[in-house]
Amino acid sequence: MIRSATLICGLLVSPVWAGEIWVTNEKDDTVSIISTETLEVIQTYPTGERPRGITFSKDFSRVYICASDSDAVQVMDPNTGEILHDLPSGEDPEQFVLHPNDRHLYIANEDDAITTVVDTETRRVIAQIDVGVEPEGMAVSPDGKIAITTSETTNMAHWIDTETQELFANTLVDSRPRHAEFVKDGTQLWVSAEIGGTITIFDVADQSEIGKIDFEVQGVHPDRVQPVGFEFTADEKTAFVALGPSNHVAVVNADTFEVEDYILVGRRVWHMDFNGDKSLLFTTNGVSGDVTVIDVASRTALKSIKVGRFPWGAAYRPTD
Amino acid sequence: MTGYLTALAAIVTREALRFIHQRERFVAALVRPLVWLLVFAAGFRAALGLSIIPPYQTYITYETYIVPGLCGMILLFNGMQSSLSLIYDREMGSMKLLLTSPFPRWWLLMCKLVGATAISVLQVYAFLAIAAAFGITMPMLGYLTVLPALVVAGIMLGALGLLLSSFIKQLENFAGVMNFVIFPMFFMSSALYPLWKMAESSELLHDICAVNPFTHAVELIRFALYVDFNGAALGWTVLAAVVFTAAALWGYSPEGSGIRRKG
Repeated sequence: MIRSATLICGLLVSPVWAGEIWVTNEKDDTVSIISTETLEVIQTYPTGERPRGITFSKDFSRVYICASDSDAVQVMDPNTGEILHDLPSGEDPEQFVLHPNDRHLYIANEDDAITTVVDTETRRVIAQIDVGVEPEGMAVSPDGKIAITTSETTNMAHWIDTETQELFANTLVDSRPRHAEFVKDGTQLWVSAEIGGTITIFDVADQSEIGKIDFEVQGVHPDRVQPVGFEFTADEKTAFVALGPSNHVAVVNADTFEVEDYILVGRRVWHMDFNGDKSLLFTTNGVSGDVTVIDVASRTALKSIKVGRFPWGAAYRPTD
Repeated sequence: MTGYLTALAAIVTREALRFIHQRERFVAALVRPLVWLLVFAAGFRAALGLSIIPPYQTYITYETYIVPGLCGMILLFNGMQSSLSLIYDREMGSMKLLLTSPFPRWWLLMCKLVGATAISVLQVYAFLAIAAAFGITMPMLGYLTVLPALVVAGIMLGALGLLLSSFIKQLENFAGVMNFVIFPMFFMSSALYPLWKMAESSELLHDICAVNPFTHAVELIRFALYVDFNGAALGWTVLAAVVFTAAALWGYSPEGSGIRRKG
């Protein structure tokens, strides 16, 4: 108790970055909202069926939620929790990414092997792009020119030209790619492979592979080391990688691609997001139904917060 | 009063000198918990999943879980070791010399208890330092806040040793203490497994563990290491310390069975 108080005091004296972490609970059909100051759940809102991907609009006035089993992307008012409307998303939307223009959503339709592009203003589908089987991971380059879809079964990263909405490249990755992120001003693309147990790094200029990261958690069978979601620190020198049922988050040097540390978190860690100043990282732990808070500087788990059943995605929203 | 303090200083110094001159005892006292920590716990690292229980706020490895229990183990073994030395003193006759002092017997025994506890606490800190070197660390402040918990737990377990020594007539009988006191106390406690884990296999075992004073000593240390306070554990540990001390003092009094028989 005293330790929590010390932590909270520490947070209060640090620069004010009041905010919330929104977590989708896949089996409860809800989102849990965690205060990044008190590290407690302060609100829970109902959503459509099986909410997974979650992201905010640029001004944080809307939150988009992939309600996979409702076959819709729901638009919620984050101040009231009211569902404003649904967007046409195609079947079984699992993950999406919002284009830097704050208007186009690129949605992975897991059951249909397509990526759907939706205009959030006109609420219309503007393109559907055929990709590999079971698309999941979505990313868009900082300049907005390239979108990426990873397909779980085809084991590929599909490169989409966002002007023509057509594929211009396909690159093989290891088995069951789950998540993709552009880094270093969009010069690198990182793709995690859940079954392959690796992260592959591509040079965006020519789509060539420039590195691969393997993981090995002491005392855990290699089959259970399954990289899924990952995020980068503010200086992009360090990546935190969720390793699924190994119940650990890996700390990776993003320059050398060396794994520097492993942090014990809850069971089946899946995705994550930072607080405002990126001093705390919040990981969703599906099986244990909680969110572990990691202190980024010391690389230690501070607290695990109970949320709903099977938390999946996480997204940060400032409140000040 | 000065005389009382002189007696205290003399007895504590004697304990310290005995400890310093027996370096192998210091090493042996550390090897035992370290084997548990680095071999036993490593083997169980993946086998035992621990849910979040106070004072922990997130998931911990098994190595981290058993550190407070192993601190308790050092105190427990040292408490018994101290009682062993009392029996030895009695057999060698130095106990008689000690008891011819003009100071009350209870004061001499309390001095002995304080001396033994101080040595135990030093050993616990040495163990925590080695554990930290292997990456098993606690909050920095915890290393300070654990001190009073270690003193209370050390006095309770030292008093138990004192009590046992008042009833054991010969050095040879001490082996029984290992089998009937140390091992049951250690294994039937929360040192190695949380109590809810015990309840999964047997409610009776859980209840036995819950009344074991060693469980409360371990929990007191565990909470203190995490800058937290467990009032119930403190209450039970202090109660046990008072009861054991009173019984030991009675055991060593002329009315009790302790020193009279041999002396």
